[in-house]
This record gives sequence, C-alpha cells and structure tokens, in this order.
Amino acid sequence: MKAVVVVFPGSNCDTDCFNVLKDVMKVPVEFVWHKEGSLPDCDLVVLPGGFSYGDYLRTGAIARFSPVMQAVKQHADSGRLVFGICNGFQILLEAGLLPGAMLRNRSLQFICKPVTLRVETVKTAFTQKLTQGSVLEIPIAHGEGNYYCDDDTYQRLADTDSVVFRYASEMGVLGDEFNPNGSRGHIAGIVNERRNVLGMMPHPERASEPVLSMTDGLGIWQSLAGAL
Amino acid sequence: MNYKATVNVTLKKSVLDPQGKTVLHALEAMGLNQARDVRVGKYFELILDAAGEKEAGDHVRTMCDRLLINPVIEDYTYKLEKL
Repeated sequence: MKAVVVVFPGSNCDTDCFNVLKDVMKVPVEFVWHKEGSLPDCDLVVLPGGFSYGDYLRTGAIARFSPVMQAVKQHADSGRLVFGICNGFQILLEAGLLPGAMLRNRSLQFICKPVTLRVETVKTAFTQKLTQGSVLEIPIAHGEGNYYCDDDTYQRLADTDSVVFRYASEMGVLGDEFNPNGSRGHIAGIVNERRNVLGMMPHPERASEPVLSMTDGLGIWQSLAGAL
Repeated sequence: MNYKATVNVTLKKSVLDPQGKTVLHALEAMGLNQARDVRVGKYFELILDAAGEKEAGDHVRTMCDRLLINPVIEDYTYKLEKL
C-alpha cells in the first residue's frame, strides 16, 4: 500500500496523518501540495483536517476547486480509496464525492473534545478490522460538523448501509445528549455507495498512539493497511 | 455594460438554522418579543460586465450554482441594477 496526504493552504492535521501512516503503520506516504494537477501512483488519498482557505465562503467550498481535486476525483472514480477527515470530509461533501452538507454546530460553538462513536458497518475497507456495534473514543475538533441531508438521501444512506459511524454513549446507545453537534441521525461518518470514499468528522489520527493517550483510531488505519 | 448584482442567500426552509434560533432567543431575552422567527443569511454584491441584463443574469446564476451557494442547504434570490 502507498498513501498520499493532500496539503491545502490551511490544512493543520496533514502532519498527524503523515505520522500515523509512516511511523505507526509503516506505510510509504508522501505529501502532495494542492496545486498539483496529478497524484503519484497510490492506493489511498487522505484529505486531512484543518481550515483550508480559512473556511471562507463555506467550509471546503474553495478547496474543492484546487487543481489536485480533479485528480482526487479520478482516483475515486477508479475505485481506489479516499479518506476525508474533518475538513477533508467537508471538502468531499462540497465536491459532491459524498452526499449532504455541513451546518454550524447546534451550539454554535467550536467543539474540541473526545467523543464516543458506534461502528455502524464493518463492510468497508476503512472499518473491516473493527467490530460491528463497538464503540470508539476519538476526538472531534470542529465548528461545522452538523451533518445535514434531505429525507431521500438519509433513506438512501440507510438502505445502502452507508452510515459508518454515529455519535453514541460509551455503551453504544444513541441519543441527543451524546450527539455533540446536532448531526442528522447522529451521523459522524459516511461512505459512498461504491464504498471507497469515506468522510468522518472525528480525528482517528489523534487517537492512534499510546503517547497521545487514545488508541481507538488505530483500528481504522489497520483496516486500511489490511485492505491493500 | 456594468451591472451590480445583489445576491441574498438563506438556508432552505427544511434546514434548521441554529444561528437564527440563538438570535431569536437573544431578542426575546431583551424583551423584543415581536419576532416569531429569525433566519440568518448571507449577502453578496457583485460588479460584472455583461452585454445586457439577460446575460448578466445568466452569469450570476452560473456563479451562484457553481460556487456561491450550496444547493443542498441554501436558496438564493438576486437583483440586478444597471450601473
């Protein structure tokens, strides 16, 4: 497996993702600047978290037009893996690679804290080594993670087993009190119908090493490494 | 010819507006209870070149549809003014 991490102006989790892939997973990885019109030959593209273009206009709205995004689209169209984390998820939504959109958090506050997620499906390359229904503790850090989609889209996500993570209690119970941002259906992460493009708001790269005090994100990287 | 386009963007009716709700509650807390609902939107002013009003409108709609608004959550209206 070979991975690339795309760097936009304003990305700030690019190095964290690079570190997990290179030093923890021992996967060959390189950075690609957003101005590049093509990607090196690779299996996985990571769109990292941050504040690309200062979140101007809407989160991810400008980054979507970066030259590299054409290549990311082709990469996804060819069936290879794309992983958008936080701002990367927002970019995938704006680019139309995943359905729906992000609204401001219900509280209007930027929320930076560990949350618990329930694994809704293990039938993706990103989650194949996880246990269905298990709960992961992974931090979030966003002001606009309130996922929205219309009724038809929500139904389609359910029908196609495309909701990958939902905010839940430590015991895996769903409820408004465990939903940090007001996301529809407590959604924290979704996959496309082809199951090769995943977006999630929580940051597994911040929870994959004992030194970071949380390691529940590791299973996602291990799933990816095992898939390729 | 130069035109000024003013574009008003609002969240779709089906989309909850947490910012609008917070503003409404602040108004109520101030004793200004007359507002029944508040929706917070966005406003753009564009100055553009176009051969005529129809062309200017085409440009504005293209810009809105491709970048300025996200059709999943937002609606917009616009007005044109010849400068």
